[in-house]
Amino acid sequence: MRSTPVRLADVIPFSWVDGPGNRFVVFVQGCSFDCLACHNPETIAPSGPAARVSSTGELLEQIRVAEPYLSGVTVSGGEATGQWRFVRDLFAEVRADPQLARLTTYVDSNGHALPRVWDALLPVTDGFMIDLKALDPEVHRRLTGRGNELVLDSIRYLHGQGRLHEVRLLLVPGYNDSPDQLARTAAWLAALDPRLRVVVIGFRRHGVRPEHQHLPEATPELIEDARRALAAAGLGAVVTV
Amino acid sequence: MELPELRRQARDIVDDPTLTFRQRMHRLATLAENSLEPPEVSAACAEALDKRIICDMYEGNAPHRPRYLLPDYATLLRHGSAFLELGPATDLDEALTTLLIGYSQVPSITGYPVWLGDLDALLEPYVEGVSDEELHRRLRLFWISLDRMFPDAFTHANLGPDDSRVGRMALRLERELLQVVPNLSLKVDPERTPDDYVRDAVETVFACGKPHFVNHPMMVGDLGPAYGVVSCYNSLVAGGGSHTLTRLNLREVALRHEGERTSFLDELLPRYVELTAELMEARIRHLVEEARFFEHSWLVTDGLLHLDRYAAMFGVYGLAEAVSIVLEHEGVDARYGHDDVADELALQILTRVHELVAARPMPYCEGNGGRAFLHSQSGIDSDVGVTAGCRIPVGDEPDLLRHLRTITPNHALFPAGISDVLAFDDTARRNPDAVVDVIRGAFRTGMRDVTFNLDSNDFIRITGYLVRKSDLARIEQGARHDSTFLGAGSVAQSHVDRRAPKRIVAHEIDAGPAR
Repeated sequence: MRSTPVRLADVIPFSWVDGPGNRFVVFVQGCSFDCLACHNPETIAPSGPAARVSSTGELLEQIRVAEPYLSGVTVSGGEATGQWRFVRDLFAEVRADPQLARLTTYVDSNGHALPRVWDALLPVTDGFMIDLKALDPEVHRRLTGRGNELVLDSIRYLHGQGRLHEVRLLLVPGYNDSPDQLARTAAWLAALDPRLRVVVIGFRRHGVRPEHQHLPEATPELIEDARRALAAAGLGAVVTV
Repeated sequence: MELPELRRQARDIVDDPTLTFRQRMHRLATLAENSLEPPEVSAACAEALDKRIICDMYEGNAPHRPRYLLPDYATLLRHGSAFLELGPATDLDEALTTLLIGYSQVPSITGYPVWLGDLDALLEPYVEGVSDEELHRRLRLFWISLDRMFPDAFTHANLGPDDSRVGRMALRLERELLQVVPNLSLKVDPERTPDDYVRDAVETVFACGKPHFVNHPMMVGDLGPAYGVVSCYNSLVAGGGSHTLTRLNLREVALRHEGERTSFLDELLPRYVELTAELMEARIRHLVEEARFFEHSWLVTDGLLHLDRYAAMFGVYGLAEAVSIVLEHEGVDARYGHDDVADELALQILTRVHELVAARPMPYCEGNGGRAFLHSQSGIDSDVGVTAGCRIPVGDEPDLLRHLRTITPNHALFPAGISDVLAFDDTARRNPDAVVDVIRGAFRTGMRDVTFNLDSNDFIRITGYLVRKSDLARIEQGARHDSTFLGAGSVAQSHVDRRAPKRIVAHEIDAGPAR
């Protein structure tokens, strides 16, 4: 059988934080962003000391072992869309496999991808979870090293296709937590869809590179402020972590 | 026991300031029972018992009531009781009162009933026309009565597999009241139990460590449609029960082993299974033929209990240690739960015990075709250096997938229950559907029953029963629940409070976006 290769950072047979239910998660190696707040900075470079080459065939074997206990499979990263041919083929093979066909397929992405990438993934993907690091392009650039035009387009596009499972906001104090930014972000998301599931995650230092360890962690009060701002804009499905 | 020793022990009980009146009375009765000679057994059997290779669970020297009774409470509600001078229950108040009266007259080893019945099925016929508010008020009082009148964590109620108002209300009350009693099991059937109900139960586990989850179709396949889960996850035929539970310490057997695996499987195991069976038979005969329980109990004369639905439970424990010891003799250093070779030997040992128990006729066990039921015995407070049942040693548990794959193949062999405890960390709270997935998967792959323990509530699961950490902290001043004393012993001896929680994801990627 044809088997597509992948540069892999890690695999977790059971995850409870990467989409609905219990999920098998593939973390691919390499990311198009270089976030200050990255919890897994070793997965940013195209290859790393812990990275290895695997394939859809090998992963399918591992998924079969965990299958009885799963809701589905998620590809995360690194950046999943950086190896979108692999994601497309993995999900297609999951759907074609009689034992695995019941599993749902999700992509966890930074949103920095062109429509043709989403078009390739849409036929085999049940849901997309997209990070919005900041609504303000300049803040976004300071946090990630790149602008957010593609990210905003992706969120709109995937929502239009009915496959946007959630938008995730990582609150980094001093960067994207000002009341004004929170209010504008809330308004933008609410204008898109007031029923949109929005997950607010507070920044924590764990795993972050030494040079960014000075960043303050998000306080419970800040997370609560953000939740209130989002609710005030009319968003009805806000989750805080 | 010589008279001076008996008197000394009686004096200690009477003078113990931490015991309630009822606790003293129960201990005095046990002391009196144990002043009698135990049922006669061979010298080899007595020696094995003395060395605790086999164990009678300290049930007492003169069995005069079965260890586990599963009275048919539906019959009590429908027909009343001549002995209790009760007519049929006609409304919810009468049903609840009749049940409380019935429970108070059900014997057991601890003196409290080990089974309260399928409470949803029992009460559903009486709740039509009762408002949610009224149902809450009355069931709440009933629930409080259970905990205060039967202060023993082995007292166990069942729910499911069908969704019901009573079942939902019971889960809600569990979350509100956070009581030790009743212990609780939910029967889960993939065809009948909706995800939403299982999720409600999972969220109840987050609050109070209950319920335990049971694979309904698998139980029905082994025990028939009328069965109950009682005490520390003993599954038995309803309307019957188990005369006794005797258990075999597989670690102790392995310590007497030398040489090849075949000598362990084909010589040592048959010898000690037979000695355990001999002890069991002697105890059953005493109960049925000498104490004649089934000839005088009101439960039998009123049609709630039937000798022909009875069996006995053959327990095993110390599997993990036995596996390592036998492998050591083969020059292999391997651990159950971590190495395939160990998991395979574990299954081989259990399969052999299962064959031997299934081949040994046992008197008065028509509830299981004249044989004992195999049961994975989940430990008692005095066990030291030996792992409960077929569990992976506390603190040495592997990741969740490996854990499930190690224990699942064993479950088919244990119709009378095999309770494995999985410890989860707080990540679970944010994703109850993931826990539902694990339960569904566990049952899909042939697990019989499963229990979760969450570190972050006040409850800790000891062997199968629950104690509150806050009660343990006050144990020196006594405890209202008898079982809390046992729990304190288990925490001290077996460190059951140190189960390795399943983090499910590494902390690095716990925060959501993996960047």
